[in-house]
Amino acid sequence: MSEKPLTERIRPDGAPVTLSEYEQAGGYQAARKALGGMAPKEVMQAVKDSGLRGRGGAGFPTGVKWSFVPEGPHPKYLVVNGDEMEPGTFKDRLLLEGDPHLLIEGVILSSYAIGADVAYIFLRGEYLLAERRMKEAIAAAYARGYLGKHIFGSDYNLELYVHMSGGRYICGEETALLNALEGKRGNPRTKPPFPQISGLWGKPSIVNNVETLCNLPGILVKGADWFKGLSRTPNGGTKLFGVSGKVRNPGLWELPLGVSVREVIEECAGGMRDGVSLRGIIPGGASTDFLTEEHMDVALDYETVAQVGSRLGTGTMIVMDDKTCPVGMVRNLIQFFAVESCGWCTPCRDGLPWIEKTLGAIDTGKGQMSDLAMLDEHVKWLGPGMTFCALAPGAMAPLGSALKYYREDFERHIREQRCPWK
Amino acid sequence: MATIYIDNAPYEVKDGQNLLQACLSLGFNVPYFCWHPALQSVGACRQCAVKQYRDEKDTAGKIVMACMTPATDGTRITIDDAESRAFRAQVIEWLMTNHPHDCPVCDEGGECHLQDMTIMSGHTYREYRFTKRTYNNQNLGPFINHEMNRCIQCYRCVRFYRDYANGGDLAPFASHNHVFFGRHEDGVLESEFSGNLVEVCPTGVFTDKSFKQHFTRPWDLQSAPSVCVHCGLGCNVTPSERYGALRRIRNRYNGEVNGYFLCDRGRYGYEFVNGAGRVRQPLARCKDTGELAPVPKDEALALARAPQGAAIGIGSPRASLESNFALRQLVGADRFFMGVPKRGHQLLSSMISLLRGGPARVPSLREVGEADAVFVLGEDLTNTAPLMALQVYQAQYRAVLPEAEKAGIPAWNDAPVRELLQDKRGFLALATPAETKMDVFAATKCHAAPDEIARLGFAVAHALNAAAPAPEGLAADVAALAAGIAEALRAAKRPLIISGPSCGSEAIVLAAANVASALCAAGLDAALSFVVPECNSIGLALMDAGSLDDAMQAAEGGVDTLIILENDLYRRADRASVDRLLGAAKNVVVLDHTLHATAQKAAVVLPAATFAEGDGSLVNNEGRAQRFIQVMPPQEAIQESWRWCGELLGKPWKNLDVLLAQLGAVLPGFAELAKLAPPADARFGGQRLPRQPHRYSGRTAMQAHLSVHEPQIPNDPDSAFTFSMEGFRGAVPAAVVPSYYAPGWNSVQGLNKFQEEVGGPMRGGDPGVRLIAAAQGARAEFRGAPPAAQATRGAERLIVSLPHVFGSEELSALSGPVAERAPQPYLAVNEADAAAMALSQGDVVELSVGNAQAVLPVEVRASLAPGLVGVPAGIAGIPAVQLPGWGTITKRTEG
Ligand SMILES: Cc1cc2nc3c(=O)[nH]c(=O)nc-3n(C[C@H](O)[C@H](O)[C@H](O)COP(=O)(O)O)c2cc1C
Ligand code: SF4
Ligand code: SF4
Ligand code: SF4
Ligand code: FES
Repeated sequence: MSEKPLTERIRPDGAPVTLSEYEQAGGYQAARKALGGMAPKEVMQAVKDSGLRGRGGAGFPTGVKWSFVPEGPHPKYLVVNGDEMEPGTFKDRLLLEGDPHLLIEGVILSSYAIGADVAYIFLRGEYLLAERRMKEAIAAAYARGYLGKHIFGSDYNLELYVHMSGGRYICGEETALLNALEGKRGNPRTKPPFPQISGLWGKPSIVNNVETLCNLPGILVKGADWFKGLSRTPNGGTKLFGVSGKVRNPGLWELPLGVSVREVIEECAGGMRDGVSLRGIIPGGASTDFLTEEHMDVALDYETVAQVGSRLGTGTMIVMDDKTCPVGMVRNLIQFFAVESCGWCTPCRDGLPWIEKTLGAIDTGKGQMSDLAMLDEHVKWLGPGMTFCALAPGAMAPLGSALKYYREDFERHIREQRCPWK
Repeated sequence: MATIYIDNAPYEVKDGQNLLQACLSLGFNVPYFCWHPALQSVGACRQCAVKQYRDEKDTAGKIVMACMTPATDGTRITIDDAESRAFRAQVIEWLMTNHPHDCPVCDEGGECHLQDMTIMSGHTYREYRFTKRTYNNQNLGPFINHEMNRCIQCYRCVRFYRDYANGGDLAPFASHNHVFFGRHEDGVLESEFSGNLVEVCPTGVFTDKSFKQHFTRPWDLQSAPSVCVHCGLGCNVTPSERYGALRRIRNRYNGEVNGYFLCDRGRYGYEFVNGAGRVRQPLARCKDTGELAPVPKDEALALARAPQGAAIGIGSPRASLESNFALRQLVGADRFFMGVPKRGHQLLSSMISLLRGGPARVPSLREVGEADAVFVLGEDLTNTAPLMALQVYQAQYRAVLPEAEKAGIPAWNDAPVRELLQDKRGFLALATPAETKMDVFAATKCHAAPDEIARLGFAVAHALNAAAPAPEGLAADVAALAAGIAEALRAAKRPLIISGPSCGSEAIVLAAANVASALCAAGLDAALSFVVPECNSIGLALMDAGSLDDAMQAAEGGVDTLIILENDLYRRADRASVDRLLGAAKNVVVLDHTLHATAQKAAVVLPAATFAEGDGSLVNNEGRAQRFIQVMPPQEAIQESWRWCGELLGKPWKNLDVLLAQLGAVLPGFAELAKLAPPADARFGGQRLPRQPHRYSGRTAMQAHLSVHEPQIPNDPDSAFTFSMEGFRGAVPAAVVPSYYAPGWNSVQGLNKFQEEVGGPMRGGDPGVRLIAAAQGARAEFRGAPPAAQATRGAERLIVSLPHVFGSEELSALSGPVAERAPQPYLAVNEADAAAMALSQGDVVELSVGNAQAVLPVEVRASLAPGLVGVPAGIAGIPAVQLPGWGTITKRTEG
């Protein structure tokens, strides 16, 4: 069996790993090591060497991102993105609820590397259990001197707070998150400047995903080579992969990056349920493009998935079966995106509701053939660069790919003026 | 300079701009919504999409938002390729999915930026076939109408209201396509700049509620360049008229003065022109009834004429230079008096000499916005000079802008700049008798009695320069405050000291000048600005005449005729003294447009033109003379006061130009006035200038029920304008630009086409001529002596007047919407004083001050300096005595 540095301590009974359990399993060794003798630069270098890429969806190399933080001015902030509102995504929740000290240690390491004075964990509003467990763990860490002043007896100080989101998908977008954290409207910010230069309260800040940070203790203790070796591809490390949909055994597994779609769906998730067959896969959360049966052997890493026209995203797939109407499924997703649009830019704010209504018309037998051209146009006009942030292009990923792979289904709805699945 | 390429042709553009600014300044049409030249870029609407190419070889290009893309050297774009055109049309189509298309019933229709941009984008046919979302609207008070269904979510309103004007009670609510712009609940918009929403909003969401009361289609309005008469700043305005009624006021851009904005007093104060109190016919006192009654003009003139040398003339700081001069000619220079009491008169002349004396610069309103540290002594700016307050806010913002630029964020990139700067602001220190709205934005504030404010000022000057006189016995905390202010000012490059006459204290004004001088002596580029109370306070003061008290003295023992020009003396001095003055004259003649208390006592009242029906010049607080041009022909017997004076003199001036020539000859300081606008006989392409837009629709139909012949166009002897839609429509000097119509641009945004560059000066230069200049390189001199510490006088209290933007100014208070916002009379006392005097909120007290009394309800205010009692300035029910002054307060007991 392959190594599972992220999830190996997580208890099967669902209770959180306590501080002492975490330490017995080797926890906080990395933080001790880093604060006990490594310069922040060295920590940053170790992460760069590992090739760790962000697990929040965009896959940006973590060490490189940190290196843009200027050295001088303080305060600096680390912000943990635990918003996890992407439909089909439930990976960070496992880590937050199951092994909160792993995240805290990751926070300490990254904060130390970038010189952060304060860190925030920004949690999805509904993650109440995660909130409780994180707060308990943080209190325990403070009590031990692992947070606060002179962490592990070093000169380094770090305050860590949990902040609960008011509950908008857009607040997971890192700059909207910063606004929300400041108590402002959750609208994304103009980039550049990037948060590394002007982030929380206009100060240098780093936003990292929960899972990203949970990789750090392992990297610091065991080194870059070990980390790279965890993966089957040049992208280092393991990754949490999830499957939802009509599979026999939906769930979440820690697997080497580079496993194939087939392995995840067939071996981990037990394949499709009886009576249904697979028609499509949204590989990494709702804002990634559909893949189909022909992509079953694609290796799940950042480059390979991109080569076949989708994105690894959050690594949590949604499987679409042949008994599910693709139009209805896309309509459902677009409904989500339309409601979650922050309302800042025109294409997304006003385009998504129009798309949603058009899909609704097609789905309920009121479609027109010209609607397809309208949808095609919108896929283009809500694409990258046209809108203010990545929400709308994300929304266009499942729509655009559905129009490509399931066009005949759309046309049939319109021809027959009904949904063939109903 | 940077070279950018538009469709492969090179253009020189200023450094540090974005592509939208650059393209608009070059004269290209690029549609936009969320960008505003004063509010800069945020990239929300996506309307300004153009295509950018990496280099000459790149033929594919990439769509970018012009407003968010720096116009750096070598940038290559095209505005008109098919893809960006299609995207821009698509943006309109999106906006239209929820827009009600109710142009026929929308007040914005015909001057709507959304209409213009729709046409510009080429979008015509709408494919959307589903339902639209709707909103509930709010009642936002007497100024602003709210119709949210028309909103295109450009976020300009909130960016202006909150970020630019520091307002708090307008916000975006909700999200996705339900974003709502309004207040958390119905209620009056609190900002004194709320009226700008009408012009900032590119659609018909926020429209002018006062205009709505007598609405007419905007293309049926005739307009003329004018100047606001409601405070001393001289903001440029565009009044508009139809059917003899003044319908509204809009901003008129003057890059040196008000820029893009007005205050609500200036925008909504105009209803006095249409008011029931107007005098439209000459009135004379009827022998039988003793009442004023209309008489023929000749009769009135005969009644008003006085023998040579037998009349005393009282001028007015709210009348034009021309009218004051005409009266001066009529009565003789030595019998002409400023209608301003001694203290105000003295303050004005010392302010003028301080400004002239230098060495501090006298800043224009634009330059106020460029100060990097500001110290205000004695003025509650949002209430006495609102646009100056708005400019101080901009100064505070700009003072810290370099930090953003240092971080590599260009100034036009508004959201990141504000994010980086957070609540960092340039230094602002305030010293006022009571809390002001600006307090929350100030680094240092102190509420104190006028003498204490002066002492603080002197202490600051002394801390900056030991040669400046120091106040004696300064309390340690005040000394520390002074040291702190001095230090912050010294650390600045362009510090600005603002003061004025509101506290009635010459010591304050001198202290302010000393601070400015001390800063100049320290090698800083310091500026000194004084607020003045009225639209022509400075102009009148420059004529150098005696005060109202002097006039009273001159009239002592009797005078044949007293001619009072546009001045309600009962607002200037206590009733008894004015009664005595009027009683001393055999004949009292009043020239005014409104039948106020003084006019009601006159034997003859001659109907004067307001700014809307007359031409003239006003001099603002910085000494800038500006011309206002009548927007409508005067009705009935109304004419400018200067015309009445000419007729009384028996030597009427043929027109304004003739009068100005004489004014320049008699008072050479005013020689430049003739240059304020082209003379009446100026012709452009052989034609006059039309007041009516090219789409003026009713020309032949309006009077058709009376006569099928086109009415004679009324004569305008005083300007190059005509009351017609026909005339020259090319480039003209800024002083005679009546509106901003340009091909394809029917809204106020058309202004871009009249500026040298967007946000820059008007083409050919901003209007106005400065009559006051600080002596260049003058040595810093320190004047005056610090007053002693504020004494107490047993049971007496120092009564100060507290200015109110709505209500304190005479003419705007006659305007319904402004009157609605005016306070009721009150008597404010500090909490501790209230306790000491056993007063509580709502108690009724009798105030006795000077030789006047009033009965007022008590308002307990924590923010009023201890020892002071405040009454609202200029409100009916408050005695017009010289304040500050000592008075007594007695609680009324029931029964
Ligand atoms: C609409 C939208 C929603 C997002 N939601 C999340 C989220 O819930 N959690 C997350 O970690 N990243 C989310 N992201 C990605 C973040 O913007 C950001 O890339 C990420 O937090 C960076 O962390 P990483 O570098 O560790 O991946 C979202 C992005 C967009 C555009
Ligand atoms: S694409 Fe525009 S409207 Fe949509 S979430 Fe991003 S900024 Fe908001
Ligand atoms: S109300 Fe007007 S200014 Fe405000 S967002 Fe809507 S359209 Fe723009
Ligand atoms: S600030 Fe003064 S001059 Fe300007 S609009 Fe207001 S009242 Fe008029
Ligand atoms: S004007 Fe450029 S995005 Fe709105």
